[in-house]
Amino acid sequence: MNAATNTAASNASSEAAYYTHAYLDEQTKRMIRRAILKAIAIPGYQVPFGSREMPVPYGWGTGGIQVTAALIGPRDVYKCIDQGADDTTNAVSIRKFFATVADVETTESTADATIIQSRHRIPELPLREGQIMVLQVPQPEPLRGLESRETETRAMHAYEEYGLQYVSLYENISAFGRIAGGAGYPVLVDERYLMSPSPIPKFDNPKMHLSPALLLFGAGREKRIYAVPPYTRVRSLDFEDYPFEVQKWTQACALCASHESYLDEVILDDSGNRMFICSDTDHCATRRADGHHGSMSDFSLEDAEQSRTGGERP
Amino acid sequence: MTSAILDLSRMKPAFADPTSESQFIFRKLLDAMSQPGTLHDLSAAPTPPPGVSRAAAAVILTLSDQDASLWLDPALRGGEAETWFRFHCGASLVTDPAAAAFAVICHDLASADLRIFNQGDAKYPDCATTVIVETPALEGGAAITLSGPGIQSTATVAPAALDAAFWRQRAEIVSKFQFGVDLFITAGDRLFAMPRTTRVNLQGV
Ligand SMILES: [Zn+2]
Repeated sequence: MNAATNTAASNASSEAAYYTHAYLDEQTKRMIRRAILKAIAIPGYQVPFGSREMPVPYGWGTGGIQVTAALIGPRDVYKCIDQGADDTTNAVSIRKFFATVADVETTESTADATIIQSRHRIPELPLREGQIMVLQVPQPEPLRGLESRETETRAMHAYEEYGLQYVSLYENISAFGRIAGGAGYPVLVDERYLMSPSPIPKFDNPKMHLSPALLLFGAGREKRIYAVPPYTRVRSLDFEDYPFEVQKWTQACALCASHESYLDEVILDDSGNRMFICSDTDHCATRRADGHHGSMSDFSLEDAEQSRTGGERP
Repeated sequence: MTSAILDLSRMKPAFADPTSESQFIFRKLLDAMSQPGTLHDLSAAPTPPPGVSRAAAAVILTLSDQDASLWLDPALRGGEAETWFRFHCGASLVTDPAAAAFAVICHDLASADLRIFNQGDAKYPDCATTVIVETPALEGGAAITLSGPGIQSTATVAPAALDAAFWRQRAEIVSKFQFGVDLFITAGDRLFAMPRTTRVNLQGV
């Protein structure tokens, strides 16, 4: 472990001390639990929570961690991913945190997990009934880019005034000839509430439609929780002449040959060599273990001077 | 309303281990609310005082506190149940049903009026009351068919003592979504949930 990762790890553990202090308070958990149940009862509506300030740092996964802390118990198997990967410093430190404070078993396997906490991806393996997906949300308000005042956006949701959003999307199409924008593409939940799916790529939007799993969204700074219950209609906004489309790649994953998964571009060296690999590390590893081989399946990512550039880096 | 006398020597215990027991029960309530119409067993919850079911008491113990007010059916007021909720939840009891975050109705269900509870605000529909409806049994009544979010195709339940008039009244309330009330239907150790999004087909009632 080099000096840089040591610092990151020690920052993560001092954050963990905050989490222990703030998140395990029973009254706070009750408040979040009440908000979660109302979020399920009103799909796509952002439930405000937290009348009092909580002494927590806002950074990676504060909202998601609060939601998970209100849910998790010793019968759970917990998975945490960052941009599709289980092995980033953040994902590892949050997984360790819950293993310690909640006495919970952890996993990198999507299939084995009961709670999957994530930033920026929904796993490729279809989720199943009984699983809970907890998504970290930096900005819960899908209309915020169009209207900065909370009183106004709240009224727009209350009276279903989403015309502005449609106009903005259509202007986007006039400018680009297609619907642009890759992450956080707005959806209509159960044909009523406009919702930000969090900064997942729009590739993942269709996975929310009629998902057998419960999807929970937590925004720590904005103190909002919202939900998509299982088997709930989720429609990405579009137009008759410009249907919703997800990202496509001409190449397959260089490691597992998948044509179906969301790919990250990896820069291999200074001379511009690159490869495309699955963003979902568990999916890719599972496929390789099942005997699927890509064009560079013997390639070791750890040995290369490489960086993933597939997702958006905040 | 007569104020109950707090006699600690006769107070029945609630959670022995609040952290793990409330987590366990909350997950049952979460499953119930995300899969309307599915029955959930709360026999692991503490034994409540007379007059209230184990399932209803579990909901209140897990979710109610000084920030989430509680309205009790007049049949439960001033009795052991009220004292127990006050002591174990620090619940703030209210007599105005429109001010209640949680409510328990257990008497005269046939003439129960759900309109007295908070139906939510257009901008804050989450303010609506969660109503716990205590029935004699979750089976054996007239079968109703449920559909909506959380239900893959349909679900069927047949709680006793809830007649067509009750369901028609609820249907009218929730037809103005985002307004409505969310229900936990309880009997003994078990419950199921019906958020305001659940549609009820009354055929057969
Ligand atoms: Zn792959």
